[in-house]
Amino acid sequence: MRISRSNWIMILYILFLMLPIYWLVNMSLKSNQEILDGFSLWPQAITFDNYMTIFTDSSWYMGYVNSIIYVVINTIISLTVALPAAYAFSRYRFMGDKHLFFWLLSNRMAPPAVFALPFFQLYSSVGLFDTHIAVALAHTLFNVPLAVWILEGFMRGVPKEIDETAYIDGYGFFRFFGKIFVPLIASGIGVTAFFCFMFSWVELLLSRTLTAVDAKSIAATMTRTVSASGVDWGVLAAAGVLTIIPGALVIYFVRNHIAKGFALGRV
Amino acid sequence: MKKTVNQKAWFMVLPVLLLVAFSAVIPLMTVVNYSVQDTFGNNEFFWVGLEWFEEIIQSERMHDALIRQILFSSIILIIEIPLGIFIALHMPKKNSLWTSLCLVLIALPLLIPWNVVGTIWQIFSRIDIGLLGYSLDAIGVDYNYTQNAVDAWITIIIMDVWHWTSLVVLLCYAGLQSIPDAYYQAAKIDQASRWNTFRYIELPKMKGVLLIAILLRFMDSFMIYTEPFVVTGGGPGNATTFLSIDLVKMAIGQFDLGPAAAFSLIYFLVILLISWVFYTAMIHTDEENQS
Repeated sequence: MRISRSNWIMILYILFLMLPIYWLVNMSLKSNQEILDGFSLWPQAITFDNYMTIFTDSSWYMGYVNSIIYVVINTIISLTVALPAAYAFSRYRFMGDKHLFFWLLSNRMAPPAVFALPFFQLYSSVGLFDTHIAVALAHTLFNVPLAVWILEGFMRGVPKEIDETAYIDGYGFFRFFGKIFVPLIASGIGVTAFFCFMFSWVELLLSRTLTAVDAKSIAATMTRTVSASGVDWGVLAAAGVLTIIPGALVIYFVRNHIAKGFALGRV
Repeated sequence: MKKTVNQKAWFMVLPVLLLVAFSAVIPLMTVVNYSVQDTFGNNEFFWVGLEWFEEIIQSERMHDALIRQILFSSIILIIEIPLGIFIALHMPKKNSLWTSLCLVLIALPLLIPWNVVGTIWQIFSRIDIGLLGYSLDAIGVDYNYTQNAVDAWITIIIMDVWHWTSLVVLLCYAGLQSIPDAYYQAAKIDQASRWNTFRYIELPKMKGVLLIAILLRFMDSFMIYTEPFVVTGGGPGNATTFLSIDLVKMAIGQFDLGPAAAFSLIYFLVILLISWVFYTAMIHTDEENQS
């Protein structure tokens, strides 16, 4: 088969993306001995010890569980509050709507570094420090504005006549919203959930600042591999590989909507 | 779409307002509070007015970090935006298995936790165990990102290109998908060159998404913390100490709350100001498209 120029460019780009990931996988299948002793393009003696370390130690695998718990809580909170707000922004004009919208977005622009310390103090003072809900609430800082922004884009694409027809047919607001409107923008909701998942899953600074033991995230757990005796490269690489898997699964499920979602529904 | 005026819509926005007030306004007020006070410990604070702001605005440290930050954001925007457009133009057009595969693989770096991105590049570029570092060393290039500032910069920029170009690609791809075939056929009849097709058909259609891409890339690169922190820790020396890294060092490392708070507010204002410009441009294009 002849490969066109476009496909060559795609193949090159994907190679560039995959090479560092391949290297991580390669490292995770080597023992530390092998990593430090010599240089080889693939593992000479494949070992799953690094993965076993993670799966048998609860302080390791609980990191993944904790991360997934706060990511899911965050996604649910963000969607619940963003749905009505996005509907309001997409359908109605009201006092201060434009300013309000930019102010919401401005929270997406706030550097987490600015908020790390105040968050620590705020959540400590209300007794939420080291809980999943604290991290989930902290991540709404950037996820809620984003969710409103994306959902508003998708809702704008639904003709207003549908709302009006439903009201004429005697639907109340809540019944209309739940039965007719939400199914119409289901793909938009899926994409929004994907984005909330993504940004909450990848964040380190806030989740590390707000947790200590009980709700410690995987990102924070990974810093354990650096000790006085050096870095445990094998386990670090294995832990890294395992963090990629949930993301890869999520992408696979939304792959058909991903392009539209990345344009925040504005295409 | 024409929107109707309805003040009751405020009630639908209320949950968001309450949540954001809790998770953004209260902490921001804490920062403002610190920025105008000093302490001798024991939770005793006294008013110092704008002293911290003056100190920060005049400090070399803030200037250097700001210059590094602006330089970094400019470089990655200059590389990622054209590269992203270029790749998007070569994405397979038809829906096939190959398209799905491309989409999934391209999106993959975006879903990797930021500290793992740092780890990946640390492992990839170390001269003793990394593929990149080792190969460069083997062919005689003097490369060491932990000691040489230029090498550290190159590593971090390539890392960011690796990490985020996909976002630009996907956005542009979404924009390109919305162009009807008829436009291309018309261009063919007019015997438009490849460049003219791009300049007069594809680029205008991508304008909206490109602005989103620039806005998002600008904001996120300006706030970058985790990836360079993992790879270089801000070093060698202070060569890769960007604003966020410096801020965390000041606030949590040294616990200089006053200066750190003043720093935070100035930092936030700079981002807000530049983002506002992009945002206004974006709204403007949106309205143009609709009318």
